[in-house]
Amino acid sequence: MNHWLHLDWVLVVVAAWLLVGLVGVFALRRLNFVARLLFPAGGALALALFGVALAAMGSGPEVAVLPIGLPTLPFHLRLDSLSAFFLMVIGATAAGVSAFAAGYFRRGEGTPPGLLCLEYHLFLASMVGVVLADDAYAFMVMWETMALSSFFLVTANHRIPEIRRAGYLYLLVAHVGAIAILMCFGVLQANTGDYSFANMRAQSLSPFWASIAFALAVFGFGAKAGLLPLHVWLPEAHPAAPSPVSALMSAVMLKTAVYGLLRVSFDLLSYPLWWWGAALLALGLATALFGVVFAAVQVDMKRLLAYSSIENIGLIVAAVGLALVFAAYRMHALAALALTAALYHVASHALFKSLLFLGTGSVLHATGERNLGRLGGLMRCMPWVAWVTLVGVLASAGLPPLGGFVAEWLLLQSFLFTPGLPNPVLNMLIPVVAALIALVAALAGYTMVKFFGIIFLGQPREDKLARAHDAGPWERTGMSWLVAGCIVLGLLPVPFIQLIDPVTRLLVSAGLGEAVARSGWLLAPAGVDRASYGPVVFLLGVAASFALAWLLVRRLYHGRVRRAPAWACGFPWGNARMQDTAEGFGQPIRQIFEPFFRMRRELPTPFDERPRYRVDIDDPFWFWLYLPVAALVARVARLVGLLQQGRIAVYLMFSFVTLIVMLVVVAR
Amino acid sequence: MSLYGVSSQLLEIIAALLLAPLLSGWVGQWRAWLQNKSAPSLLQPYRLLHKLFHKESVLAEHASPLFRGAPYIAFGCMTLACAIVPTLSTDLPLAPAADAIALVGLFALARVFISLAAMDIGTAFGTLGARREMLIGFLAEPALLMVLFSTSLISQSTSLTTMVQTLSQRDLAIYPGLAFAGVAFTMVSLAENARVPVDNPATHLELTMIHEALILEYSGRHLALLEWAASLKLFAYSCIGLALFFPWGIAAADAPLALLLALPVLVLKLAAGGVALALLETFSAKMRIFRVPEFLATAFLMAVIGLLVHILLGG
Repeated sequence: MNHWLHLDWVLVVVAAWLLVGLVGVFALRRLNFVARLLFPAGGALALALFGVALAAMGSGPEVAVLPIGLPTLPFHLRLDSLSAFFLMVIGATAAGVSAFAAGYFRRGEGTPPGLLCLEYHLFLASMVGVVLADDAYAFMVMWETMALSSFFLVTANHRIPEIRRAGYLYLLVAHVGAIAILMCFGVLQANTGDYSFANMRAQSLSPFWASIAFALAVFGFGAKAGLLPLHVWLPEAHPAAPSPVSALMSAVMLKTAVYGLLRVSFDLLSYPLWWWGAALLALGLATALFGVVFAAVQVDMKRLLAYSSIENIGLIVAAVGLALVFAAYRMHALAALALTAALYHVASHALFKSLLFLGTGSVLHATGERNLGRLGGLMRCMPWVAWVTLVGVLASAGLPPLGGFVAEWLLLQSFLFTPGLPNPVLNMLIPVVAALIALVAALAGYTMVKFFGIIFLGQPREDKLARAHDAGPWERTGMSWLVAGCIVLGLLPVPFIQLIDPVTRLLVSAGLGEAVARSGWLLAPAGVDRASYGPVVFLLGVAASFALAWLLVRRLYHGRVRRAPAWACGFPWGNARMQDTAEGFGQPIRQIFEPFFRMRRELPTPFDERPRYRVDIDDPFWFWLYLPVAALVARVARLVGLLQQGRIAVYLMFSFVTLIVMLVVVAR
Repeated sequence: MSLYGVSSQLLEIIAALLLAPLLSGWVGQWRAWLQNKSAPSLLQPYRLLHKLFHKESVLAEHASPLFRGAPYIAFGCMTLACAIVPTLSTDLPLAPAADAIALVGLFALARVFISLAAMDIGTAFGTLGARREMLIGFLAEPALLMVLFSTSLISQSTSLTTMVQTLSQRDLAIYPGLAFAGVAFTMVSLAENARVPVDNPATHLELTMIHEALILEYSGRHLALLEWAASLKLFAYSCIGLALFFPWGIAAADAPLALLLALPVLVLKLAAGGVALALLETFSAKMRIFRVPEFLATAFLMAVIGLLVHILLGG
């Protein structure tokens, strides 16, 4: 069947996912059937999608027209390298998450498992649809399906009021964003009435209208991605959703927004303006810094990860902004470098963040706790989850030799190799921006040490933690796949950059593929004497000195070990409660970045019978932006409400006045 | 990969491993002299290592494998760092594996593992130390990167060997940006190596400890490796400073004679640097932990000013 295009195979996977979802509906409450059969089937399909996307990476664009939807409005689909890259990310992540989900869902979690299965696979299929869509109509339909299916997944535990509230907030922000995207497409089609992307590519808008379209795209996709100030739904929705769903939303759904941003700004708009990039860069950095500072002070493990996702999205968007700046000045090689950094971060964040969310899922199942203050010491009863999570933590902290570091390295390189933009202000600012990136990365390390240390290390802060059980075989399979992905991305940057070379060629007509191929095993985008990084040698170097030290110490001295109670400076009354808490670990950050936060503190006085310390940290954007807007809306609604008197005579009078006014207008 | 390259690489690693405790001993000796105390022998750090390796290691009952592995990881990271920094020669086969940014990542990797290991036992001091160490880490890391950036702008490269080659071959022009970077680097190194204005390596007060608090639970060979790693870190930082700001005397490619000469030059430079460090430590008082952000923010700003000066003057 050689004449089958890659696109057709992708559609087969989508159809099969929908089928799996539908089968789930007919087995609404048969948990075993749904979990052990349907979710693994979905995972296998995701793996197939990954394979097809991998194969489609280098090949030219493929198009198809599906006669669904309205009679005169078929779905236009197109698979090019950019779509293929995002399909790859979706496939790889979903394969791991589905396998994990097979062992995750339990009885009595609100929505029956069969329905969850439908929503889950619909969610996956709609994400594939979003990256395949080639006209605004299909895109919006898929986009909305994605928002709605994920809304139902977030509110799987809908009996809890906070979860309903989080879901509502998510739905609200998603729709405000969707309106902006719709308007963006409206501007892009330039009054031709043809909403296909091909037509939008052909239009060349005036700088004013192009800027409007870009601003609308940033607003619309930013709402989905969690850019400042539209990030508020993320820390609410992610903890509310079941862990596999949070993993998918954070790892993949946020990336569809990045896809949209890339599609609009590099593909549909005919040329970028430099200040778009500068604005995006500033917005991305502000988001990244805000996200990581808030992540560092969280006490709920999933909220912490949600804020960390905001940070990562900020970094990705900053890299996209930098690429736009370079593209606007026709510095294609540098644009390709920055864009490669962004794409690398997209892929590695998808893998490590889903891994971390799945890790929290296992912890949640084993202990029933999300609060960091009630966890601790889990490395001893859940060693498997702990080690796997450690890989995700190191990747997330941007440490070599894992994938997060490669992305950061590329990003910093693209900041450094600015041999002279023709804009002196940007030239001065860009190295300072690099310093902010370094600060964000270092703070991410702080946050991740807190995350891992408080959950898995130390002594259990509650008695029940000693009975926690390790993850089951399905959960292990899913997480192992993601760990393997993190390690591959970390150790093999050169093949991966060669793989995504067509994407940057498509968007900025330059790629790093040849440059990195020249230096062989080293990652050296601009020649070995300018900068290079060899993760394999790096790992081997550390491992070799580790092994040598170990062997020599045993050989020359001895390997004797005695186990004894912890020394703790001879203080024998220490207990688990005396360890540093999550609040304590966040205290330096609270002190240094105090202006960022809105804090309410309750400090004990020396005379308290039962001293109590409490600190609440709120998102200042609620108070600066959301509550005033909400109050404004309420006030307007009250004014409109004055019209509603509830007496028929008044309504009749309204109709009468309207009639007279219209008659006056018509009569003139 | 030439024979010369391999031999200079091996020589560098061995020199680092052997000289690092000596440097710590030298600094300690000068500190004692400057403070009017009778100084320990120069070989004291070696005796300490020897003694610790002989002792059996006492582990807390619930220590995890992470706790046992961390000293080896820290030691491995620091050895690799010393192998990458051009101390004797710029012809290093391992150097392309990590440029300046990856070197910062390497230090961060070691720091994260030591901090995690300190949290593993679950004592109050350990977790407190981990928190403080990470605090200093995230403040110092951007400043260090800025220093490396401003020097890399001169050589248009983040590869340490290229940086050193460019800097040592330039004419004796004065780079004002480099002066700011030098001050910033000194401040960062003091913080990163747990030296006096930030931390006191000779402290006995648990509540003020940072680095010492992290390794309180270690004993025997694990402690020995951590001590060795700490002196390797000091050695690596000194060598980065010397390579960037006093790059003369480091052998280039294919210069066996220069390589032989490089070792005494390095020892002399390190000796002078050690005295300067002891002087700095004697003249300053340890600051409260919440003054440290200001200290490191100053370092960061210095580095940024250096960078901007360099761009403005078009270095």
